[in-house]
Amino acid sequence: MRKIKRLEMQGIFKSFQGVPANQDINLTVEAGEILGLLGENGAGKTTLMSILYGLFQPDKGKILINHRPVTLGSPLDSIHQGIGMVHQHFMLIQNHSVLENIALGYKKTPFFFPKIRIRDQVVAFAERFNFSIEPTKKIWQLSAGEQQRVEIIKALLNGADLLILDEPTSVLTPQEIEDLFEFLKRMKAQGHMVIIISHKLDEIMEICDRVTVIQKGRVVGVADTSTTDKRSLARMMIGREVLFNVEREPLPRGDTVLRVDDISVVGDKGTTVVHNMGFEVFANEIFGVAGVAGNGQRELAEAITGIRKIQSGRVYVKGVDITNMSPRYIYDAGLAHIPEERIRFGIAPGLFLYDNAILKQHHLDKFSKLLFLEYSQIKDHARSLVEGYRVSTHSIDIQTKNLSGGNIQKLILGREISEKPPLLVASHPTYGLDVGATEYLREELLTRRREGGAILLFSEDLEEVMKLCDRIAVIFEGEFMAVLDSGDPRLADIGLMMAGSLAVSC
Amino acid sequence: MFRIKVSDRETTTELRSFLTNVASLGAGLCAIGLVFVVCGVNPFFAISKIFLGSFGSMYGFKETVTKAIPLIIIGGGLTLAFRARFWNIGAEGQLLMGAIASTWVGLAWGPHLPSAVIIPLMFLAGFIGGGLWGLIPAILKVRFSINEVISTLMLNYICAELVTLLIVGPWKGKTRFGFPGTDNLVDTATLGVIPGSRIHYLTLLLALVAVGILWVVVFKTRFGYEVRVIGENPDAGRYAGINFFKTSLIVMAISGGMAGLAGVGEVAGIHHHLTYPAAISSGYGFTAIIVAWLAKLNPVYAIVSGFFFAGILVGGDAIQISLGLPAATVQIVNGILLVCLIMGDFFFKNKITIKWGR
Repeated sequence: MRKIKRLEMQGIFKSFQGVPANQDINLTVEAGEILGLLGENGAGKTTLMSILYGLFQPDKGKILINHRPVTLGSPLDSIHQGIGMVHQHFMLIQNHSVLENIALGYKKTPFFFPKIRIRDQVVAFAERFNFSIEPTKKIWQLSAGEQQRVEIIKALLNGADLLILDEPTSVLTPQEIEDLFEFLKRMKAQGHMVIIISHKLDEIMEICDRVTVIQKGRVVGVADTSTTDKRSLARMMIGREVLFNVEREPLPRGDTVLRVDDISVVGDKGTTVVHNMGFEVFANEIFGVAGVAGNGQRELAEAITGIRKIQSGRVYVKGVDITNMSPRYIYDAGLAHIPEERIRFGIAPGLFLYDNAILKQHHLDKFSKLLFLEYSQIKDHARSLVEGYRVSTHSIDIQTKNLSGGNIQKLILGREISEKPPLLVASHPTYGLDVGATEYLREELLTRRREGGAILLFSEDLEEVMKLCDRIAVIFEGEFMAVLDSGDPRLADIGLMMAGSLAVSC
Repeated sequence: MFRIKVSDRETTTELRSFLTNVASLGAGLCAIGLVFVVCGVNPFFAISKIFLGSFGSMYGFKETVTKAIPLIIIGGGLTLAFRARFWNIGAEGQLLMGAIASTWVGLAWGPHLPSAVIIPLMFLAGFIGGGLWGLIPAILKVRFSINEVISTLMLNYICAELVTLLIVGPWKGKTRFGFPGTDNLVDTATLGVIPGSRIHYLTLLLALVAVGILWVVVFKTRFGYEVRVIGENPDAGRYAGINFFKTSLIVMAISGGMAGLAGVGEVAGIHHHLTYPAAISSGYGFTAIIVAWLAKLNPVYAIVSGFFFAGILVGGDAIQISLGLPAATVQIVNGILLVCLIMGDFFFKNKITIKWGR
C-alpha cells in the first residue's frame, strides 16, 4: 500500500539572508509519475527539494500529502511520510560495506546481528527490481552508479514512495544512465513517484512524464513531455527569447592575446574534463564561455591560470608559453584572474584589506624593497582601490572577511585590473552580486575591453554573456558545441547547445 | 529536545580575542580545581600554591625565568610554523638535535677556541641541528604528502633514543665513572648565569631578540606575508603563486632552528654536558605548543605566555613537593589549559545558538 498518492507544494517561499531562492512555487506529483524539475544552476531546484526532504523549512507555503497538510521539520519527518532523497553527492561511509551503510539509516535495523537480518531484505529487494548489488563490498570499491543504487535502496527500504534524485546522471556513465532509467521505469510501474532534478533536456524528455521548469526561483512553466519539445523547454529554462540589445560599441579585433592550443585537462575525479580544446582571444574582445556548471569550465579556467595541471597541449599569452607555469609567472606574463570561488581562492579572509589588495602583486618592485614590504605604498594602493572601485568600507584596516561578498568581489576586480593586464580571466564575476554591483562590474569589464584588454569570461548567466561578449563559446562536457559571434541568429538555440543537444560547426 | 546551531562569527575584535583567552584560562583553572578536589586537595590552596611557588618567592621567580627561556624561544618559533599551518609537534626532538650538535662542537673545539668564538659557534650548530631536523618533516609533507603531525611526533622519539645512545655509547664521558652522560664542557664553552640563579642570560637575551626579529619577519617582510597568506587560506596561496615547497622549508628551518637554540641553552647553560633526554628538556617542546597557542601565534606575545607556562611548571614542582601530588600533575594542568584554549578558540570563531523545542 502506498502512503503517498498525491503530493502538492503550494505557494512555497524561501529566502536566504534576504536573497529569495524560491518564490511562490507550486508543484504537484502523482503516484506512478516521474516529474522533471528543470532549471539552470542557482534557479532554486535543490532548495525546493531540500524543503520537501525536511532540510529547510519554507518561509511560507504548504505541503500537502493526499490533500492533507503536513509539516516536514526534519529529514526524519519526511522519511516517515514516505519521502526519500538521493543527493548529488552521496552520503555514504566509504570504509563500510553496502550492508552496513544500509543498516545505518534503516529504521527497522535490529540491535543484534543487524547485517544478517538486513541482508535478506536487500537481496530480495535487488531481485524485485532486477539489479545486481554485492552486499558485502565496501563502498569505495563500487562505481558511482553502484553507489547510487545503494542510496536508492536505502531510501526505498525506508519506505520511500516518493524518491527525489538530485542530478542523478551527472556522475554516471552512459550505460549506468540506461540502467538507472530502466530501474526508474520499474519503480514507476509499481506505483512509486519520482522527482528528478536536472538541466539535461535529453534525459528529461526521455524519462519524465511531466516537467516543471524553474527560473530564478519561480515556476515559469509546466509541460507534459509528450506534448512539448526540447526547443520550447530550452527557451522556458533560459526564460526569454534571446535578446540582442548590445550596448557595447563595435571595436576592431586586436592582436592575439591568448592562444589555447589543443589542451586536455583532468578533473578532480581523475577523468578528462576538457578535451583537446583550442581557441584564441584577441585584444579589444570579450570572449565568453557559456554553459551549465560542471561541464569543464572551472577546470579550463584553472588550467589556463596555472592552478591546475594541463595534461597535453599548450597555452600562450602574448606569445609567451605559460603552460603549467606557476601562477606568479603567468601573472607576470600578463594574465590576471578573478577566480570562481572568490572567498576560497581570491582572498585570505583573516588578513587585512590592504594585505589582500596586493595578493598577487606583493612581489612587484613597487610594493617591496629587498625582503621588506613597503606598507605605506601598499596602503596607498589599497586606498586607491577602495575609492576607484567603490568598495564600501569604513577603513582599510579591517579584516577582509568582514566585507560583504560584493565588496570583496569589487576589491578583487580592482586588484586584478588596476594593473591593466593584457588578459583578464573572469569566472562568474557577478555571481551573487546585487544589481548595482553587477552593473558596475560589467561596466568595468567593458572599459577594460575598450582600453585594449582581452577578457575571457566564464559565466552561467546568459544575459550577461549576451550583453558583454563579442564571441560566445558554448561548452558541454569539456568541448565547445559552438563558437559564435554575438549577433549570430543561431544563438537563439543556445539552450539546446548548453544541454548538449545541438552542435554548430563554424 | 533542543538543537545547537554553530555558525561563523562574522566580526571579531582584539578585545573579544583577549577576553576569550582570559575566560578560557579561567575555565581551565576551574577544571584543574576539580582535579585537585578528586585528589583530595583543597583546590584554592593548590592553585594559589602554584602561583606563589612560581612568582611569589625570589627563588621561585628565578626558576620561572630560567624555564621561560626555552619556552619563549621554542614557542616563538612554533608561532611561525603554526601560522603556516605546519603543525610542528616535533620541537622536543629539534631541541635535542640542537643539544647534540652544540655538545659536539663544544666538546671538540671548546678546549681550543676562546669563549667569544666557541659560544656563537655552538649556538650556530644548535640552530643548524634543529633546523635540519625540522626540514625532514617539511620535505616529507610537501613532496610526499606525509602528515606532519605524525612525522614530527615520531621524529621526537628517534632524537630521544639517539641522545641516549650517544651518552651510554660513543660519547660516554671518561669522568662519569661509568654513568651515562658526556664529559662536562670546558668552562669557556658554557654560558654565564646571573649570580645566585640558573638564569643563563645570554640565551634569554637571544630569546628576546629572536622573537623580536621573528615578529618583523612575520609582519613586515614578503616572506612573512606569504606565510600569513598560506596559513589563512592555502588555496589563495596557490592562486597567488606562492611557492609552498620553499616557504615550508624556510618555516621549518626557522622553527626547528629556534628549538635547537633552546637545546644549546639547556646544555651549555644548565647541565654543561649532554645527559638523559628527559633531563635536558622536561617536555619544553610540548609545553611550547601551548605557549604559541596562547600567544595567538604572535611571536612577541610568546614572551608573556612563555613566562606564564614557566610559572606553571615551577609551581607544579612546588605543589608536588609540598602537597605530595604525583609528578604527572603538571602535565595534567598543562593539558587541561591547552584543551580550554583550543575550545576557547572554537567559541571565538563560531557563534553558538541553542534552540529549545522541536
